[in-house]
Amino acid sequence: MSGTLPPLAVQLPAERWRTAPEDLLAYSFDGTAGLRQRPLAVGFPESAEEVAAILREADRTGTPVVTRGSGTGLSGGSVPVEDSIVLCTTRMNRILELDRQNLTLLAEPGVLTQAIHGEASAHGLFYPPDPSSQKISTIGGNVANNSGGLRGLKYGVTRDYVMGLEVVSPQGEIFWLGNKCVKDVAGYSLRDLYIGSEGTLGVITKVLLKLVPAPAAKRTLLATYDSMEAAAATVSAIIAEPVIPCTLEFLDRKTLQCVEEYTGIGLPTAAEALLFMETDGHPAAVAEEAEAMERIARGEGALEVRSASDGTEAARLGEARRSAFAALARLRPTTILEDATVPRSELARMIAFVAKTAEKHGLEVATFGHFGDGNLHPTFLTDERDPGEMERVHTAFAEIFEYALALGGTITGEHGVGISKREFLATQYDEGSLALLRQLKATLDPRGILNPGKLLPA
Amino acid sequence: MSGAEGHRLAGLDYSVVQQCIHCGMCLPDCPTYRETGQERNSPRGRIAWMRAIADGEIEVNRAFADEMYYCLGCLACQSACPADVDYAQLLEAARAEVEEAGILEDRRQRSFWRWLALRAIFTRPRLLRGIGRGIRVYQRTGLDRAVRRSGLLRVLPGRLAALEPQTPRIERRFSPQRIPARLLPGGEKPRYRVALLTGCVQDLAFSSVNRATAEVLLANGCEVITPPVQPCCGSLHAHNGAIGLARDLARRQIDLFPPEDFDAIVSNAGGCGSHLRRYGELLADDPAYAARAAEWDRKLRDVHEWLVEIGCRAPRMAPAPGGRPLRLTYHPSCHLHHGQRIRRQPEQLLDLLPGTERVPLAEATSCCGSAGIYNITQPEQAAKLQAAKIKHLRATGAEVVATANPGCHLQLVNGFPPGESAPRVTHPVVLLAEAYARER
Ligand SMILES: Cc1cc2nc3c(=O)[nH]c(=O)nc-3n(C[C@H](O)[C@H](O)[C@H](O)COP(=O)(O)OP(=O)(O)OC[C@H]3O[C@@H](n4cnc5c(N)ncnc54)[C@H](O)[C@@H]3O)c2cc1C
Ligand code: SF4
Ligand code: SF4
Repeated sequence: MSGTLPPLAVQLPAERWRTAPEDLLAYSFDGTAGLRQRPLAVGFPESAEEVAAILREADRTGTPVVTRGSGTGLSGGSVPVEDSIVLCTTRMNRILELDRQNLTLLAEPGVLTQAIHGEASAHGLFYPPDPSSQKISTIGGNVANNSGGLRGLKYGVTRDYVMGLEVVSPQGEIFWLGNKCVKDVAGYSLRDLYIGSEGTLGVITKVLLKLVPAPAAKRTLLATYDSMEAAAATVSAIIAEPVIPCTLEFLDRKTLQCVEEYTGIGLPTAAEALLFMETDGHPAAVAEEAEAMERIARGEGALEVRSASDGTEAARLGEARRSAFAALARLRPTTILEDATVPRSELARMIAFVAKTAEKHGLEVATFGHFGDGNLHPTFLTDERDPGEMERVHTAFAEIFEYALALGGTITGEHGVGISKREFLATQYDEGSLALLRQLKATLDPRGILNPGKLLPA
Repeated sequence: MSGAEGHRLAGLDYSVVQQCIHCGMCLPDCPTYRETGQERNSPRGRIAWMRAIADGEIEVNRAFADEMYYCLGCLACQSACPADVDYAQLLEAARAEVEEAGILEDRRQRSFWRWLALRAIFTRPRLLRGIGRGIRVYQRTGLDRAVRRSGLLRVLPGRLAALEPQTPRIERRFSPQRIPARLLPGGEKPRYRVALLTGCVQDLAFSSVNRATAEVLLANGCEVITPPVQPCCGSLHAHNGAIGLARDLARRQIDLFPPEDFDAIVSNAGGCGSHLRRYGELLADDPAYAARAAEWDRKLRDVHEWLVEIGCRAPRMAPAPGGRPLRLTYHPSCHLHHGQRIRRQPEQLLDLLPGTERVPLAEATSCCGSAGIYNITQPEQAAKLQAAKIKHLRATGAEVVATANPGCHLQLVNGFPPGESAPRVTHPVVLLAEAYARER
């Protein structure tokens, strides 16, 4: 145990504090490229009361606290700051209740997203949000980042399923916000304030989630194209039909090749673009929608449209799409992805702009994402050891964000601001709304101990 | 440890060290992370640690050494990793680094067993067989049961006592007494000429597997060359940080099996194969051997892979007589499944067997805890994994468990308590050979 944290150390049994250099090293990063900082200590609380005791002491001593789930974040949200302690929620991992009458599930923040899916489906129910990191991301991390997923188009994002939260304030008070009521207009919706707050306002210690009935049927289609424009036209035509499928994802050629290399499931790697489409719900509706989607895809010049033969193949294809980001890391030493998002009508223009920008700066880029949501993931394949190239990557991202904003979009659709995008936030917010953000933070966390240096511009 | 120079973390191509993007997608598949929930015991944490050493940020110390041996080397992380991180190479370099630093040497018992296993025994095939004969006498005379009953074992240091029931049942005859050096398929002109690697443990404890492999290859039109005395492939050495010895053994193998003479060099043990396919990398800096080692890698095949590639003939008979179908399941060895990525072929071969019904095994791809000499060095963690595996095997209700690695084979056999009507554990090619034999 290092001598630096006696005042905090007493709040947890010694074996739940880690201070050895190799432990600090192992908690010095999240899923974001190029960010690293060792904390002073890593603590593993097991209850809201323990969290409260630590925060009270941290607030008193002015010690920064960084909350961490599984550390898969892609904007540096759980990367420690200097002289901070990390609160890791992975030992708060119990599912506390599944209420069949009200269709809700109560869980501690360290429960893995996939475990929530599993518990819901064991009761014939469904928790739709499915970030690609679901097999390891925590529900607390999902709420704190308001994470999206492949099913966002039809089902929405994490926020749409949070009915209640237990939150610990930096002063060590434990609040319960929300309830099991479908309708509730009593006062400000404080619960919503904490969703997407990236660990800067409070620590989430319980999550009450809304569940829905599991869809009875599902169909999965793949369509390939010789141009991204044709894929985009298909998406527009499907939405205009109007059909809102559960999933409308796209991969460009480079992404497709990497994913195929990883999975070896026989994806058509010669295509310029691939659409991964799913519809779910009542069997009759699913059949009708799948037929419409296939007809439209062919009408827009798809090279090939194929349908998953069964649930196993559909699951394999979904898994393949989920591996896109990490599979791209095969190509170059450093992989940096962003999640600029535009109104879906503008997506094709945005994709073309990304390609042009990469070419202008002599950079290698691959793009994939959620076509239906207008949320794309331009991914630069680069090398952090080359400062010149990194500089060009930075410029390219600045141009991409600027263009996304000009199209009425946002700098981040689902990964959060964290460290990586805080300097760009000021371009999206006007001065007044930025001041409001700061005022809110100052009110709730006056000593600035929760995740300082994140979200808000310096 | 001799010859480890140049095989250190800092000496690796930096792209290997840097390949991990710390996305965490491998964490749920790692048995040690699942056990402790600590990042240091996860692939991502271990790689970060290795990288810090490669970068000269921290020193190799005792904690690092322990961590590198707490890792099973099961390579489940490598299968799970979309970014194509070469964890096998990283771990090998990390363990070599540990051995070179001599950090664990003061643990006298450990260094004695390592020395005995890696240097004294597993480099000398004849000595290994001699020991095998000794153990067999001990087992056949019933001395082993007498010793177990006498409580003598309780006096032995804890981990040695725990190890004793693991000692393989040594087969009466080793491969050379069973397999002639050259075998030709009856009648037809051979379609292929293949070399058969008999492996050390396979040869001692499971020479019938080697015999079955030869028979199945013959039945599929292969001429089979099996030199009587074969060196160890070096996998135990490479996986345990003794790279110099591993290189020597690789050179001896290549001399014995000139790769240009064969259509395929066939291995039937998952753990050996996973190392055998990487001679090219191991000898890349040896001008006299680099080219032949690369050719060797191109020719090397796991037996299942080779049989599927040449279109294995479906047997006309079931492997065993009986009215109802034989219920069987398959446990993939880590080094076959994750290391060599031979995933579908063993099940494809099993599905060729008439009169059998294959049932799926839950958490099939999770390590059984054998992991090379892990069950010797980390007995507690190994026992936990073994218990989990046996639980899932029981749940299948299978009468036969097929697996293709001698370490796993022993671990599964030893996992069923004496007295329980345990399933038969065997290699997929043994079942094929039995089915072919019943055609006659
Ligand atoms: C391969 C890969 C694929 C991904 N795919 C998607 C995707 O499809 N959609 C998507 O939206 N994101 C995706 N992500 C990003 C990331 O997985 C999500 O943001 C996820 O929700 C983070 O969960 P975590 O448990 O890892 O949280 P962490 O990374 O540990 O933390 C994320 C943020 O939440 C805060 N936090 C965590 N727990 C709490 C708590 N209990 N109370 C308060 N604050 C807390 C942290 O301080 C930090 O700011 C992906 C990441 C990877 C590596
Ligand atoms: S080899 Fe096995 S035990 Fe070691 S890090 Fe990989 S998954 Fe974990
Ligand atoms: S080893 Fe692979 S899967 Fe695991 S964290 Fe690194 S890149 Fe991700």
